Amino acid sequence: MHLAYPAVLSVLLFCTGLYGVLARRNAILVLMSVELMLNAVNLNLVAFDVWLSKAAEETLHSGQALTLFTIAIAAAEIGIGLAIVLAVHRNRGTSDIDKLRDTAEGHEPDGPDTDAPAAAGTAAEKAEATA
Amino acid sequence: MTTTTLAVLVPLLPLVGAAAGLLLGRTAPGFVRPLAVLPTLAALVLAVVVAARQGGGRAVDAVTELTPTGSVPIELALHIDGFAALVAVLVGTVATCVQIYSTGYLRDDPRYPSYAALVSLFTSAMFLVVYSGDLMVLLVGWEIMGICSYFLVGHYWETPEARAASLKAFLVTKLGDVPFLIGLLALATEAGSFRITKILGAVANGSLDHPTLIALLLLAGVAGKSAQFPLHTWLPDAMAGPTPVSALIHAATMVAAGVYFVARLLPLFQASHAAMVVLAVMAAVTMVGSALAALAQDDIKRVLAYSTIGQLGYMTGALAAGDRGAAVFHLISHGAFKALLFLAAGVLIHAAGTNSLAAMSRMRGLRDRVPDAYWTMTVALLALAAIPPFSGFFSKESVLVAAEHVVTGHTEHAPGAAGWTVLVAGLITALLTAAYATRLWLLAFRGRGAEAPDHGRQPVVMNAVLWALAIPSLALGGLAFRLLPDWFDGQDLTPTLTTSVLGTGVALVGGIVTYAAWRHTTALADRTPLGAVAAHPEGDAALVEAEAIASHKPAYGDIAYAPDPSDPGRLLLGPLHRHAAVGFHLDAVYTTLFVRPVQAGASLVRFLDREVVDAYVRGAGTLPRWLGTAVRRAQTGNVQTYVSALLAGTVVLTVAAVLVATGA
Amino acid sequence: MTLATTVGRLHLATDSTTGAAESHGFLSPTGVEIAFLLVGLVTLGAAVFTVTTRQLVHAALWLVVALGGLAVEYLLLTAEFIAWVQVLIYVGAVVVLILFGLMLTRAPIGRSPDADSGNRWAAVTVAVAAAAALVWVVVDAFRTTWIDLDGPAAGSTAVTGASLFQNWVLPFEALSVLLLAALVGAIVLSRKAKADRAAGTGGTAATGRVAGTGRAAGTGGTAATGGTTETDPPADPNGADKGGVR
Repeated sequence: MHLAYPAVLSVLLFCTGLYGVLARRNAILVLMSVELMLNAVNLNLVAFDVWLSKAAEETLHSGQALTLFTIAIAAAEIGIGLAIVLAVHRNRGTSDIDKLRDTAEGHEPDGPDTDAPAAAGTAAEKAEATA
Repeated sequence: MTTTTLAVLVPLLPLVGAAAGLLLGRTAPGFVRPLAVLPTLAALVLAVVVAARQGGGRAVDAVTELTPTGSVPIELALHIDGFAALVAVLVGTVATCVQIYSTGYLRDDPRYPSYAALVSLFTSAMFLVVYSGDLMVLLVGWEIMGICSYFLVGHYWETPEARAASLKAFLVTKLGDVPFLIGLLALATEAGSFRITKILGAVANGSLDHPTLIALLLLAGVAGKSAQFPLHTWLPDAMAGPTPVSALIHAATMVAAGVYFVARLLPLFQASHAAMVVLAVMAAVTMVGSALAALAQDDIKRVLAYSTIGQLGYMTGALAAGDRGAAVFHLISHGAFKALLFLAAGVLIHAAGTNSLAAMSRMRGLRDRVPDAYWTMTVALLALAAIPPFSGFFSKESVLVAAEHVVTGHTEHAPGAAGWTVLVAGLITALLTAAYATRLWLLAFRGRGAEAPDHGRQPVVMNAVLWALAIPSLALGGLAFRLLPDWFDGQDLTPTLTTSVLGTGVALVGGIVTYAAWRHTTALADRTPLGAVAAHPEGDAALVEAEAIASHKPAYGDIAYAPDPSDPGRLLLGPLHRHAAVGFHLDAVYTTLFVRPVQAGASLVRFLDREVVDAYVRGAGTLPRWLGTAVRRAQTGNVQTYVSALLAGTVVLTVAAVLVATGA
Repeated sequence: MTLATTVGRLHLATDSTTGAAESHGFLSPTGVEIAFLLVGLVTLGAAVFTVTTRQLVHAALWLVVALGGLAVEYLLLTAEFIAWVQVLIYVGAVVVLILFGLMLTRAPIGRSPDADSGNRWAAVTVAVAAAAALVWVVVDAFRTTWIDLDGPAAGSTAVTGASLFQNWVLPFEALSVLLLAALVGAIVLSRKAKADRAAGTGGTAATGRVAGTGRAAGTGGTAATGGTTETDPPADPNGADKGGVR
């Protein structure tokens, strides 16, 4: 099989995920797009590993090992990411990325903050959410 | 102790007293008065001892060079001849009297410690000027006196007059001091030394290349310090200071420093005929102008201030006639009676609660309130008017004699024109001096109207000082004119018949005419009520004086002038009175000539700075500010925008890198 | 940049292997290639739907399709172990987690008009430019490179396990530390939420899923880390239930 096929597919998947990261408003959709990008990388790793293990007699299988690591890390990432998104949603009542503009120059106080049950925890949560 | 050690101690003691007074002023108020009086008194005693040991013999010279100071060495040098010894005694006497008087005069003043310390520092600086044999060291004392004068004139700094006067005194004297310093440096460069003896030696050898230039530069400083025309305008304004300060600084010592300096370096000035003529003209203009102005002043202290300027004119006149013996003789006797006049005027102001002669002339029985001041002031005024046998007569006669010698060609030290100028101006001034002295006496002590307010007895120390100073005012001249030539250059100081008759005659004429005018105008006094007295008669003299100075302008419309038709000076001067009262508009002229252009220049510079220079600065700031606004607009806080920009840049860079790598 | 440099380096490395693949061209695809191409088209289409659909839940479902398609691609590339791990973790765990996330954040069911932010056209530009650049580079570099899929499978479980536990033991163990850190991090984030009293269950659910995915990865790696992760199961359905209830 030509290496170009998986490589090009990987590129296209990656760019699709890229578009999703840049264009999607909901934070969870952004996380999904990140997963797409990670999978594109995985595909790349696997394809090159298969090619090199045959063509260059490479026996370490580093591509596949790295793929496994990536999958594990991606799983951890989506867990933490979702926890953060949920925390933000609790505090801000929204998980829309383009409403989280605390770092804007001369920004106004954020939109609805009514979901925040305890004002005391808000500042800390906000700091974590924006960190 | 050797004479040199004693002489070194003379300036050091008041300096130590000043330092101790400043340090202990707050922590140990009980020591302030002894610390003020005792060092000065000790310095006086030492100065007397030094004078006795020197005895008019050979000059005491002592030199030590602390460290090499470049091409022209600066040495700590003493040069004590007869002039220095006697002037030091005068300085010590007046300073001691003033310190004692001040303990009573500024009895309740909260700033007395710093005041006394500054007076001590001033005394020390004056001693330094008198004894120093090195011009650079002399300049140190000269400048210390300037700064002390600034502080002391501004003693009542709560009043705007005092603030303005202290600034004016400082600036005007500095205006003279700049050419003075240049002149000193030029002189030292040409003579190769700052030592007075060496300079005089160089003058005798004729090794100076530009004596006229140097002499004129030095004269500028002398005119500033000794309040000679055209730099005299600070002295009348300086009367905003306390009366003892006026007595010490602006009558007896500091203003005498300029005259004393010229006396020390007289051969240098004599080397230039032009300088002598300038000196003579300066003296003549100063004498006549100040005497006319004195006749028109309403503030008693300003009368005395203009009188001081006039008497200093006599001294410079004597110097222009080439007779420094006469100049220093007049300096000493004038120091005594002018200090007395000022101190008595201080008592008078305290008793009357006003410094306005117009107000005093409407008080009955002022002389009975202050009999000591009345009698001593009478003595001093007679001395001022040069009536024999008071001391002023002899010293003034010596000046006139010196001028006459020049006129008649008995001396070749000075040009004849200078002699004539001094002689004529001196006689006119004698007439005017007698006139304003009489006017002062009549207005102050022969007033009629309401009873003078009773402010209680004057402090004993103040009266005692008055009597102590009355003795030399009365008798110094007559006793000293035979002895002094031994101390001075040996020129005869005895009055001659011609000048005596002339001088006394014009003085009597002046007095009698004034008296007649007063008799004529005094009837008007009842019809025009005038007067404002201090609000706190129970306060000490300094407080009363400060209030009197502060209230003069609101009460009479001018600091120097009162619209009083009963003033004999008004009748005598006629249309000139208006101009004389304001010092012949010299201040206005200076304002037009110097102040306005400087202010215009300042506003021009301000305009250039604000509108031109700042425009560039603002312009330079505008572009970054616009850029900043643009960049700030990019900071939307939207993370996706940031990441988009980041990745777009990454793509661009990647493509560029690939293109470069593949050599496309 | 990293991609570009990697590609550049590979470009040099492949020069020696291009000779063997010269007999194969793009115009004569093999059966494997056709299958790969078709599945790839499905995968890519699913991915595009994932990032463009206006229905958030549909996006998650399209993501399932895309991830599943990728698993098939792995199989076609003879990496069977990776393929099953992909199915287990991504399709089984991650997508479920994402669905829970969507529900917990009260994502609207049905079409939401504002699923895309205003950044859309910039995103399209960047993505297309990046795709063009990368495709150009990759095709330019590997258009003649041939993968020999014959012979023993390159990614069978035996091969992968041997390589993983011979050469990659240390990173593998380090990865377990990372997962532990992720576990602790998720708990910390949730505890704060618990202090907030209201949405504590959401945090617990997230933590539970993280633990579950950690376990899944661990068991995938022939149960080497099973000892540490075996204790987790009670938390898993518990958290999932709570999340579901809410």
